[in-house]
Amino acid sequence: MKQFKGRVIVPGTCRAEALVSHGGFNTLASFQMALMFGDKQVKCGDQNNPDIYKKPMLGKALCLPMTIGSTTGGMVLYTACAIGKQPACMLFSKPIDSLAASGAILGDVWTDASMPVVDSLGDEFLDYVQTGMTVTIGEDGIVTVE
Amino acid sequence: MKLTPEQQAMLDGAQGETMAKVVKTLVMYGDAFGAERMVPITSKCGHTVISFGLKAIQPVYDLYDQLIAAGLTSGQKFTADPRPIDPAVPSSLLEDIVFKKIMYTHQEKYEQQLKKLGITKDEDYTCTCYLDQVGNKPEKGDVLSWAESSAVVYANSVLGARCNRNSGIIELMGSVAGFVPEFGLLTDEGRKATWVIEVKCKEKPEAQLLGSAIGMKVMEEVPYVKGLDQWLGTELNEEACSYLKDFGAATASNGAVGLYHIEGLTPEAKEQGEALIKEGAQVYVIDDEELTRVKASYPIVWKNPDAAPALCFVGCPHLSLTQMEDWCERITEKLRERGLQRITVPTVFTASPAVIREAEKGTIAARLRSLGVIISYICPLMYMNNPLCKKKPVITCSNKLRTYTSARFYTEGEILDIITGKEGTK
Repeated sequence: MKQFKGRVIVPGTCRAEALVSHGGFNTLASFQMALMFGDKQVKCGDQNNPDIYKKPMLGKALCLPMTIGSTTGGMVLYTACAIGKQPACMLFSKPIDSLAASGAILGDVWTDASMPVVDSLGDEFLDYVQTGMTVTIGEDGIVTVE
Repeated sequence: MKLTPEQQAMLDGAQGETMAKVVKTLVMYGDAFGAERMVPITSKCGHTVISFGLKAIQPVYDLYDQLIAAGLTSGQKFTADPRPIDPAVPSSLLEDIVFKKIMYTHQEKYEQQLKKLGITKDEDYTCTCYLDQVGNKPEKGDVLSWAESSAVVYANSVLGARCNRNSGIIELMGSVAGFVPEFGLLTDEGRKATWVIEVKCKEKPEAQLLGSAIGMKVMEEVPYVKGLDQWLGTELNEEACSYLKDFGAATASNGAVGLYHIEGLTPEAKEQGEALIKEGAQVYVIDDEELTRVKASYPIVWKNPDAAPALCFVGCPHLSLTQMEDWCERITEKLRERGLQRITVPTVFTASPAVIREAEKGTIAARLRSLGVIISYICPLMYMNNPLCKKKPVITCSNKLRTYTSARFYTEGEILDIITGKEGTK
């Protein structure tokens, strides 16, 4: 078990199974097919991301360095939140990027969805956490990986 | 963040609950990046990335209905990304059903929303809004609230405007409020380079391949590129701008680049030179072997990797008029060499309606059509989103299209050979 301290972007608590992307998470490429065709598990559609391609994202603690790609990214995340297809939380090793921040904030302000977001957890976080581990975000924003 | 009394009043609900939520969104957005204030948008027009009436994003249209119902429209007119459907582009009966009955069922309704929110005019659907023919071309130093990764990186890098990589919806909220949080690429510090790219290729590198390599390496950081002047020169002429358009789109889609500097060419690099490079910047050397390695790393996701191409897309981002002319000459020459009259693979050239109109005025459009090329204003990415395309062997020289779809990437030279029937190509 290890704990990591980051910065809370969207507050909230959460306990979920980790899904880890070591490369940049391409939001559009990851979500577009699943949202368009109602994939209940919201499987990742990004063929360029071998870590998580075809793996379910719904309800997972998505651990990533940052998001990349199209500027529809925030809109895609907002849509996922609005229809209840979002990850349980998003945990960034780096400072959050503008597209992910947009999506997380739009989801927080304009929907009832819960998707806590913590950034700046450090490279060590992404080195330690592995897909399938359990991740908990506490009241204080501290992330526990076990 | 310190707000002006007027901005604070908006946040407190003086202009209604919906405007308060718009401002709250922008304040949270700025807070996430340590913005200390809001700055007014100074560009004449905005640009939105959301141009499609896609059933799957109904919540977006619901949100826009809230804005319209509250009387909130964009304070500035705006252009939009390309339309997702064009009858000129070949599609099967089944694909047409998927496009019209399942995917883009909300297109007409959404375009009505855009009219209410403030789109410039009915033909202004393109990702290359900054081209002269379209006319949404910001001035150097203008503050923008745009989204569309390829347009943002072009506006920042080639035009010297200031815009963050805003998301769809956020860009419209900036235009509605009239201000955006000041952080990142809106600041002098945020525009400094943290990577130096040394291009040491023997020949002019393919724009979309070079951009891909840089994007994947630097991700969201700012690169300062050396060594391109020997091919691009030191003036931003039509040819250089077209190259940088495609280069930038690849850096933005294969990574998350919002600004690059080209030594001796782009405005800030010309003015400030290496003073733009931050101390301790990392170095990435790119030679021909590195580009070969990058290209070989692209996954091929066709069902049958040996399939003959069924369709080719050229123009993501949309082609400039110069590029259409150049392709026309090159195809004509290749077909003449091979004793052919028309191309051998169905090929779609995509460009903005305004550029197509210019091409129609001269001989280029007619000549391209006589060679068998289809000309369209469509967004090829939105066409390829059709799941039936996964079974379709589509080729492209766009690294953006490759990244988001099952289209297979070839260099422009390879595409030229394939579509003009060179023996040994498929």
